[in-house]
Amino acid sequence: MGYGVSKLRFRNWKNKAFYIFVCVMSGITMFPLFFIIWELIKKGYKQFNYSFFTEVAPTSMDAMLAKMSDSVIPGGVLNGITGSLLILGMAIVFAIPVGILAGIYLSEKKESRFAGIIRFLTDLVQGIPSIVVGIIAYAWVVKPMHGYSALAGSVALAIMMLPLVIRSTEETLNMLPVSLKEAGLALGASYTNVILKILLPSAFGGLFTGILLAVSRIMGETAPLMLTALGAAAVNWDWSKPTSSLPLLIWEFYNDPNLIDLIWSSSLLLLLLILTLNLIAKQVANKWKIQ
Amino acid sequence: MKDKIFKSLLFFAAALILILTAGIVYSLVIRSTDAFARFGFWQFVTSPEWDPRPESEHYGALSFIVGTLMTSVLALFFCIPFSFPVALFTGEYFKGKKVASLVGSVVNLLAGIPSIVYGLWGFYTLRPIIISLGLNEQGFGVLTASLVLAIMIIPYASSLTSEFLSMVPNDLKEGAYSLGATRLEVISRVSFPAAASGILASYILALGRALGETMAVTMLIGNTNNIPSSLIDTGNTMASVIANQFGEASGLKLSSLIAIGLLLFLITAVINSIAKLAMKRIKS
Repeated sequence: MGYGVSKLRFRNWKNKAFYIFVCVMSGITMFPLFFIIWELIKKGYKQFNYSFFTEVAPTSMDAMLAKMSDSVIPGGVLNGITGSLLILGMAIVFAIPVGILAGIYLSEKKESRFAGIIRFLTDLVQGIPSIVVGIIAYAWVVKPMHGYSALAGSVALAIMMLPLVIRSTEETLNMLPVSLKEAGLALGASYTNVILKILLPSAFGGLFTGILLAVSRIMGETAPLMLTALGAAAVNWDWSKPTSSLPLLIWEFYNDPNLIDLIWSSSLLLLLLILTLNLIAKQVANKWKIQ
Repeated sequence: MKDKIFKSLLFFAAALILILTAGIVYSLVIRSTDAFARFGFWQFVTSPEWDPRPESEHYGALSFIVGTLMTSVLALFFCIPFSFPVALFTGEYFKGKKVASLVGSVVNLLAGIPSIVYGLWGFYTLRPIIISLGLNEQGFGVLTASLVLAIMIIPYASSLTSEFLSMVPNDLKEGAYSLGATRLEVISRVSFPAAASGILASYILALGRALGETMAVTMLIGNTNNIPSSLIDTGNTMASVIANQFGEASGLKLSSLIAIGLLLFLITAVINSIAKLAMKRIKS
């Protein structure tokens, strides 16, 4: 009798202890996110002024002089912002049409052997380390063009984006009820019209969320751009010239002792942009949820 | 007619993935042949020597392969005590509740932080701690890199594990409860065994993530071309050596770096395929 009660107590105690352990560890795991954001805000907010968004990155010399006279480092990250826009914009143009079409194909041919292979390869491409994607874009674009370029950077980012877009398109379309398609076909609409005018608009929310998340995922990529876009000191809108981007600027600042104070503000900006995209994606997903 | 064009357009978009993958493999192989022809594939993989001096030029990938495996496996180890409780929190204890989706979202946002920002954080926050603990004079090394890497892969491991835990049928768990089992006993004797293969696959996938991480590791591992002799020693991973030396490389060195890229591609492809195939089998 006594044995049973003490054993029961021990089991209950263990159960509770484990519950507390799970809650505490989960709480601790939430820490790093806030810790990182806090660190960036604390060290970076001082640089957040008007010129941060309207001027290009300062030279090492300017920054050193400013530091010696104890004033705020002049200049900003305009060349990084415009470079990111250019590279991301081109990557979006390359990846999204192909990604959506391939996604439609996969959701239309659920059982086909070929679709199975494509699905497997899509996962494979998604798993390629970003630095290897950089090597590929180097071999495909930088080498033939005899120089680093925004185009090469955007090819690298497009390769990384493509599988994300394909998979989110396929998953969203798979969630649509079959009756939707059948109703369209029964009314005499052509296959093309059913897909373009019924299925895609109904899936808009999911597609848009997928694209936003894909963009937010590749926005902070640094390694592939080091091998392809290289970086530039001035604002550049020419797709065939070396171009900077926000993450590339952070890397540049990190490697220059005079500019190192700028890493915090530029990282803060990059992180804010990424988190905002994530939040918008979540809002869109909630609003356009497929019933 | 229009439908035919549209259908072939869809097919072509899908086929493009096949062409893309084939092109990637082709380019990597073609551009690494110089290195493999000079040193031999097996020699290249098993030689720890990385000597760029022109008179005694010799390249081998072993130091970087070992460095990659050490950091990644260690990171996986460190990430378990955090990612598994999070998975239990969101997929079991508070399944479907608001607090679970809150914790899940916050942890998932960790996946959104760019690698380079993790690197900065590791450099300025974690490194001083490592130094003050007296583990390492400079604070760089395998340990520092894998600690940051562990944080980076937590969201991948926890979200998939949580999914597999929440897929365990309620009947099974209720059966155990009705026999008088406590929640912990249900988790350890019913949920965990039922989801074990899925959980294993999730962690293999997280390992695949860790293998290819570049920037954060490059900033923290110390970048020395040797096999790390201990966990606090410095070294290089396959990704970090490419990131560090690709810019100024040419000729045989460039080819060797691309060969390392090919090896990294193969390793991650194998790891990811194992995990994905396992998951597919479990889900069907």
